[in-house]
Amino acid sequence: MAVAINGLSLGAIYALIALGYTMVYGIAKMLNFAHGDVIMVGAYIIYTMCMFTWNIGSMPIWLSSLISFVVAMAVCTCLGIVIEKVAYKPLRGASPLAALITAIGVSYLLQGIAQLIWGADQRTISILDRLGTVNLGSYVIKWSAIITVVVGAIIMVCLVMFIKKTRTGRAMLAVSEDKGAAQMMGVNVNAIVSITFAIGSGLATFASMFYLPITSVSPTLGAMPGIKAFAAAVIGGIGSIPGAMLGGVLLGVVEVVCNSISAVASYTTAIEFALLIIILLVRPIGLLGKKRRIKV
Amino acid sequence: MAEYLLETQDLGISFGGLKAVQHANIKIRKGQIYGMVGPNGAGKTTIFNMLTGVYLPTTGTFFLDGEELKGKTQEQINHKGIARTFQNIRLFSNMSVIRNVMVGLHNQPQYKCGFLTSMFRLPKHFKVEKAMRQHARDILKVFGLDEERNNLACNLPYGQQRKLEIARALATNPKLLLLDEPAAGMNPQETADLVRIVKKIRDEFDLTVLLIEHDMKFVSTICEELTVLNFGTVLIQGDTATCLNDPEVIKAYIGG
Amino acid sequence: MAETMTKKSRFQNGKWKNYISYAVILAFLIILIVINLTKGLGFSDKSTLPRIAFSCMLAVSLNLVVGFLGELSLGHAGFMCVGAYLGCYTANVLRGAGGMPELLVIVISMLVAGIVAAIFGFIIGLPALRLKGDYLAIATLAFGEIVRCIFKNLPFFGGAMGMSTKLYDGNTLFIIAFVTLLFVVFCCQNLINSKHGRAVVAIRDNEIAAKAMGINVTYYKLLIFMIAAFFAGMAGVLYGATIGTIRQETFSYNYSIEILVMVVLGGMGSINGSLIAAAVITWLNITLQSQLSGALAPVKSIVYALILIVIVIFSNAPAMKGFRESINPRNWKRKSPEDAGKIKNDAAQWDRIPTKIHMDDPLSVDTRTTYADSPVPPDVVVKNRDEFYVKPEKPADTAKAADAAASADGKEEK
Repeated sequence: MAVAINGLSLGAIYALIALGYTMVYGIAKMLNFAHGDVIMVGAYIIYTMCMFTWNIGSMPIWLSSLISFVVAMAVCTCLGIVIEKVAYKPLRGASPLAALITAIGVSYLLQGIAQLIWGADQRTISILDRLGTVNLGSYVIKWSAIITVVVGAIIMVCLVMFIKKTRTGRAMLAVSEDKGAAQMMGVNVNAIVSITFAIGSGLATFASMFYLPITSVSPTLGAMPGIKAFAAAVIGGIGSIPGAMLGGVLLGVVEVVCNSISAVASYTTAIEFALLIIILLVRPIGLLGKKRRIKV
Repeated sequence: MAEYLLETQDLGISFGGLKAVQHANIKIRKGQIYGMVGPNGAGKTTIFNMLTGVYLPTTGTFFLDGEELKGKTQEQINHKGIARTFQNIRLFSNMSVIRNVMVGLHNQPQYKCGFLTSMFRLPKHFKVEKAMRQHARDILKVFGLDEERNNLACNLPYGQQRKLEIARALATNPKLLLLDEPAAGMNPQETADLVRIVKKIRDEFDLTVLLIEHDMKFVSTICEELTVLNFGTVLIQGDTATCLNDPEVIKAYIGG
Repeated sequence: MAETMTKKSRFQNGKWKNYISYAVILAFLIILIVINLTKGLGFSDKSTLPRIAFSCMLAVSLNLVVGFLGELSLGHAGFMCVGAYLGCYTANVLRGAGGMPELLVIVISMLVAGIVAAIFGFIIGLPALRLKGDYLAIATLAFGEIVRCIFKNLPFFGGAMGMSTKLYDGNTLFIIAFVTLLFVVFCCQNLINSKHGRAVVAIRDNEIAAKAMGINVTYYKLLIFMIAAFFAGMAGVLYGATIGTIRQETFSYNYSIEILVMVVLGGMGSINGSLIAAAVITWLNITLQSQLSGALAPVKSIVYALILIVIVIFSNAPAMKGFRESINPRNWKRKSPEDAGKIKNDAAQWDRIPTKIHMDDPLSVDTRTTYADSPVPPDVVVKNRDEFYVKPEKPADTAKAADAAASADGKEEK
């Protein structure tokens, strides 16, 4: 039970990050390697803001946490848009590999800047941890895990509704299908791409908030969850939003289950990536990916 | 030796619920130039794709020279002697003209040469390369492309690109050559030239040709027999003149 | 006379480019040996040089996969990892047996490392047959991480502490490294400029057409993955001999990406470009690392990242195209438009990154030619559709009726 909830909560975190990957991929057809580092920046902003507001005193902890979270979200959203405008937009129409390399450049840049500002040492902070644990029968479960699962589920439902029901969402679908045609139909492609990056980065902030109880803050915080979330997005079928959720949850559960078995715990990463390769070999387009027929 | 070079028996394929081709029985004698016509979407290119192993037929089978080729991969089918060109040109556009043809020559037994031989530049490598180059030039001369041999394939004009595709297919030493709309995008002069070339290579290289074409003048000039397809089924088969005057065919084309 | 002509034209065709890298590497090596004999090389130079050599080897071998075969691989460090661990393990065993000269030990361990890495290359080549583009990229990345994770946990390879091996004598290591590099460049260049290289490039340019031409795509994909892995494994042994302790963290996907950066910046499909880019980037990395230490260490990655972003945007952005062309020395002489079409050398087009890596599947785009494209013979004037119904009682007029049918159709389409 505890394993299941923890797995789901880690899965929800991966799914949130994977959504960022998959949406950006769907719209811009590029792998945003810097996405993991946006999470890292988000975590640092939350950390700094919490430290700052707690020192003011007299403010209740939930309020200061909320303020830090909102500030982090604003910063990350802006960061996402700025990255897109500066590093990716000039390369639209060039090879996706070029964009991949600038993404890597941006990733190094963010890590370097974070290290310059906050230093290389790891810091820990407890926000959601303060909520303590809850006893369900004989199981002890962290509140933070439950909140992660619930909030993650709500966000995903909202996102699906957003894409399906709103004008902007439908425009995003159109742009992901055919940029040129969407532009001719009067969709503002630049705005849509910016919105996509903004949403992806905003979701990343949720991920950094939920990730804080599990890990400590360091400049390379985003690397591993980033790459695993990328794997999750591919497992689910990259470009597919339900696929990203499915892949994220699957990977999260596998990771927690493997970690709980001492015999294979040290091979967890290998098992996760082997799972990825096996799934891809069976279904080369991911679990929920769209199949395209080759025309000759 | 079988009576027919290519024989398809009840060939058919469906994509999901769509029956793209049904009950196609085509028989081509050795040395014939055989045409396949029909409106867009009639299933002509789909038949080509089945014959070259791109699609696996859902029903029926086909034989080349009496040997069943259904289920073989594209490479194997090519080795057995079917070569093709493509409706939308698929040249190796970043390679020079002569290298395109040399890729076609790749699997000829006389040019066999292991990768280590090439890697360490053993004498055999130079011999093979020289012979291949000469062979490729000989083929290009048939098509009047020898002058262009060092240009990039993508820099050729459209008509010459079509010719180069045929030259490349010819380099694989096929028994049966499949041409998918060889005259598309050519002007009347180039089309006339193409008629001459196709007849010439048929005679000189001992080929059988199966072609898809919408230019009826071209078809009636060059093809000895026709299969007319409409909505994935064979409308009529027989010699060219009879087929083209059949009222059903005209109806299918003009839509009357 | 004729012979000299062909020789000359061959020279003009740009084949000399294939030999210039040998000449430059050899000249560089000889100069270095001379400097070293006059005690001109410092200790840090002696460790920098082999690093440049094995980076070049990695970049050239990855270029085989990415630039020539056109498959995106993010697991190249994984092959190096396999090679480094197994090669140096072999070297340790051989040294334990004793009596063998160091040079022979390192050559044998390089061979072992290459062969084992090639076996891994075969294994990762198998998914490459089924996967395309990003999916293959993530699968190779996953492979690299799996390898790393396994070596971390195997006790006889030193586990998390890493495996130590004997440092090779610094005075001669760089010579061995550069000779190995020459061998790798020789092999790769010869392979690419042969019928096998043509087949590989054909697969990259148009896999469907290559299959239709009877090229054995399975064989060539596996072959290229294995050869690339072989050379990466050899580079791994040189790494061990330079650094002394092999630690699995080194071979994370970041390192694979760094190699990919070298390949892309050097120009995909250009071996000389890979050599230059690998040398410059490695040198830059080492220099920045040694110059900026302590509190300034993060500045290193910032500077590196900025250089990367600026170079990529400059060399790839569509908006910068005019500027790029205006400063390209190749265009100084060639002003007239008809000359621009006569680029004789295949490599000239390779700054355009091949189509297969494009993220959305290019094969799904069907540029069908329509009836409207097919020629309408000029002698037919279409006035009225009814005229072109062919009366069955007039069979002699086949060709004309058919013409009319085609042209009427052409009209209808419009």
